[in-house]
Order: sequence, then structure tokens, then C-alpha cells
Amino acid sequence: MTDRLGFQGFRRPDGRVGTRNHVLVVPTVICSSVVAERVAAATQPIGTALPHLAGCGQLGPDMRVTHETLAAYCGHPNVGAVVVIALGCEQVVAQSLADAARKHGKPVEVLAIQAEGGTVRATEKGIRVAAALAEQIASQPREWCDASELVLSLKCGGSDYTSGLASNPTLGRVTDRLVSLGGSAVLGEIAEIMGAEHLLASRATRPADATKLIQIITRVETEARALGLDIRGTQPSPGNIRGGLTTIEEKSLGATHKGGERAPLEDVVAYAAPITRKGLTVMDTPGLDVESVTGMVGGGAQVVVFTTGLGTPTGNPIAPVIKITGNAKTARQMADNIDLDVSGIMDDSETLDSTSDRLFAEVMAVASGQPTAAERLGHREFAIHRRNPTI
Amino acid sequence: MKPVLVISARDNVATALQPIEVGRNLDVNGVTVPVTESIPSGHKIALRPIHTGEAVIKYGSPIGLATKEIAAGMHVHTHNLASTRGRGDIEAPEPQPQPRLAEPSA
Repeated sequence: MTDRLGFQGFRRPDGRVGTRNHVLVVPTVICSSVVAERVAAATQPIGTALPHLAGCGQLGPDMRVTHETLAAYCGHPNVGAVVVIALGCEQVVAQSLADAARKHGKPVEVLAIQAEGGTVRATEKGIRVAAALAEQIASQPREWCDASELVLSLKCGGSDYTSGLASNPTLGRVTDRLVSLGGSAVLGEIAEIMGAEHLLASRATRPADATKLIQIITRVETEARALGLDIRGTQPSPGNIRGGLTTIEEKSLGATHKGGERAPLEDVVAYAAPITRKGLTVMDTPGLDVESVTGMVGGGAQVVVFTTGLGTPTGNPIAPVIKITGNAKTARQMADNIDLDVSGIMDDSETLDSTSDRLFAEVMAVASGQPTAAERLGHREFAIHRRNPTI
Repeated sequence: MKPVLVISARDNVATALQPIEVGRNLDVNGVTVPVTESIPSGHKIALRPIHTGEAVIKYGSPIGLATKEIAAGMHVHTHNLASTRGRGDIEAPEPQPQPRLAEPSA
């Protein structure tokens, strides 16, 4: 028998593999978000909600992204069952979210606040059906899954000079290793590839993906130009600048280390679109942490590794988010938010070989059910990217 | 711990791994760099002269252009280094007329 690397996950009817087994409570629209949150709160820890600000009053492309993101979460392998909570008059169609869950073989219940007769009755019924679904899926056992079945989301936030020197190169080694084992990784935050796109484009296996990457980056620059704005107002952020990062190029060159040095660029996809190819995928997400993580998990990532210099609490409703820092002070001061301290790189007391071995082991342990700091603290941030005004 | 880190041999700046005081002489790969400005931890120090308009190199790639003459040993940050990317403010198009609600008729 070969020593294959892997983890204990949940095998789903669609062939994908989950690292968590949640009952997902999905509001179709902002108007049903409070009911959804109360239903999920009553079925903790298996229940988790997707409160959001959209679902109505949106124009074509934004409406589509909202719907596709919610549908992607309904079908996600970290979700065992779904409760859809509608209001009754909104744009997002509850039944099509339910269909997305069914298509992936998940049990699903739908209820509408208007049809149930108000908040109290809808909440009561929601708690009842969610509890029944929780009981139904609770007995599903974890099974051994190969590392190649993992899609890892690569994220950085609250970056400082240690990010590009310690935590991002550590994550890059893990990306290269996972991809060499046949797994997948996804990199978002287009604005933070600006200045480093030549390095990623040169690793594209299909020339069309290199072209697409450059086009998306050009679009972000053109948008800034069309608004007459200086992207420096937001990139790098004021905290980045205090930490010693001067320009977006500098931030990007450090950030892009997360994607490794060898992993081939296999695909460039839209926000929350399915990640279907092994190797490295770039997703068109904004740099805002929560919107970016929301999109990459929507694409199918079952675990997120989030590097930080200054420290940040971000989690996700359905995917574990592992925090790693190369800043010793942050590791001490924000110890409750940090899962892995790789500051030994900065004082030469640890090598990248050692930190990346530790991170790889952490990813497999978390994939097998070990809770992250963000999960212990109840961080479940969720925000769908939007481009246009609400009408 | 080393006081500064040079990531690529092509780089013309190094990253301070600790606060560095004025007057120190740093030995960077056999070259002596006299520190002429205090450098906060995590910030960059010029390893050789960088002229106005010349690329500042870190990670072996350009991270922007020098906006002033920079001497070896100086602090390199937002006051003398600027990004060349996403600069809508310096390449702004003609302002477009914005649709607005009709003025009430007199």
C-alpha cells in the first residue's frame, strides 16, 4: 500500500468531498435574513446561516451573481442539508435554490415567511425542519479521502512585510505540494495580482488563461481610470503602508507567493464559479477579505488558508478558515485568532521546509474536523460581491 | 537576527527586520551601506543610489518608480516611491456629463 496523504471527510452523492457537515439555512433575500439567523442559532453548531444584503432590487449581472453564489453554497460539499427561507415576493427564487441542493443529492426544505404567517411561525417551523435535517445528517461518518480531492482557497489580509517573507511563501510551498499530489488551489483578489501577473501568466498551461488573466487585471485598472481614481487610496491599505508596504506592485509580489512557484495556472474563472480543474485557478474576486473568501468557497473550496501580518478575525459560514502569521507580535497579541505562528522564519529559528510541513499537517487536520480559531470564535462572515447600485 | 533582508540579487532595496538607527553601517552581501535615515521595522532601505524615474526593485521585480533622487542608506517609502499601476488620478479621462433630474421649471 502506498502512503497516500489525505484526510477524513464526508463523501457526497455528487462525488465531491466535504470537510464539514452543516445544515445550511439560506435566506433568499435580506428580508428573510433575521429568520434564517435565528433558525441557524437554534441548531448550533451544525446549523449555519448565510445572512446577506441582496436578493432583490438588483439588476441583471448582480442578480445573477447573488443567485449563483447562494446556489453554489446550497450545492457545496461542506453542506449536508439545506433549509431555504424565503419572504415570498423577492427576485431570488427559493425553489431554484432548493433545486441546486437536490441536484447535488442533499435533502432540502423550503418555507416562506409570508405563507407561514409571519416571523414567529416561520421561525418555529424553520427550527423544526432544521432540527430534523440535522438529526438526519448527523450520523453520516467521516471517511478517508485523498489529498487530491481538496480545493484549497488561498487568501491574505491585513498584510505587512512579514506576509511576503514568511506566511505567503509558507502557504506557497503547501500549494505546490498539494498540486503535485493532484489537488487544487484557488487564488482571488485580482487587484492584488496587479504587478505580479507576469509571474502567474508564465505558468499558464493554456495560453487563453494567460490572456484572460491579463484582461481581468486590465479591467480593474481601467475601472479605476474611468472613475478618475487612484487605486492607491485603497491599495495598499493604510495598515499595509504603516507596515512598510509602499505600492500595490510590492503587495502583489508578496501576495502572489501564496500560489506557489511551480503549480501550473490551469484556469481563470468568474466570481463564485465552479473550480473544476486540478492545479491553480485564479478567481475574479475583489480584494475585500470577506467578499473574496465568500467567492472562493462558493467555487468549491472546502478549506481556506488565510495569511495575515497585522491579524484579522475573518471566518466563513461553511468552510474552516486557518489563520497563519509570520509576525511574532501579532501571534502573541491576537493569539485567539491565530492558528499557526510561522514567525520563526523572520528570526532564522525555523526554515520554510519546517513551517510548510506544519501548515500542510494543519490543513489535513482541519479538513478532518479539527476546529479553527475562527470556528471556535463563531466567525462566519459572508458577503456577496456586487458591482452595481441597488435599484 | 540579520538587521535587513535582501530577497533577490537584483533588488536595489532591502527590508529592515528590526528598527535601524541613523549612523549605523550595514554590511549587505559585502557592500557597506551607511544608514542616513532611521528605518522602521518592515520598511525598506536603499542599497544603492536610485535616480528619479528609476524602478525600485524588490522580489526581483519593479515595485514602482522613484519620485525623488534616493541615495544609498535612505528610507524608501511613499514619500519617494510611487506605484505605476491603477493610477486613474493621473490618467483621468475627460469628465462625462452626468444625467440628473430635470430642474423644476420656473
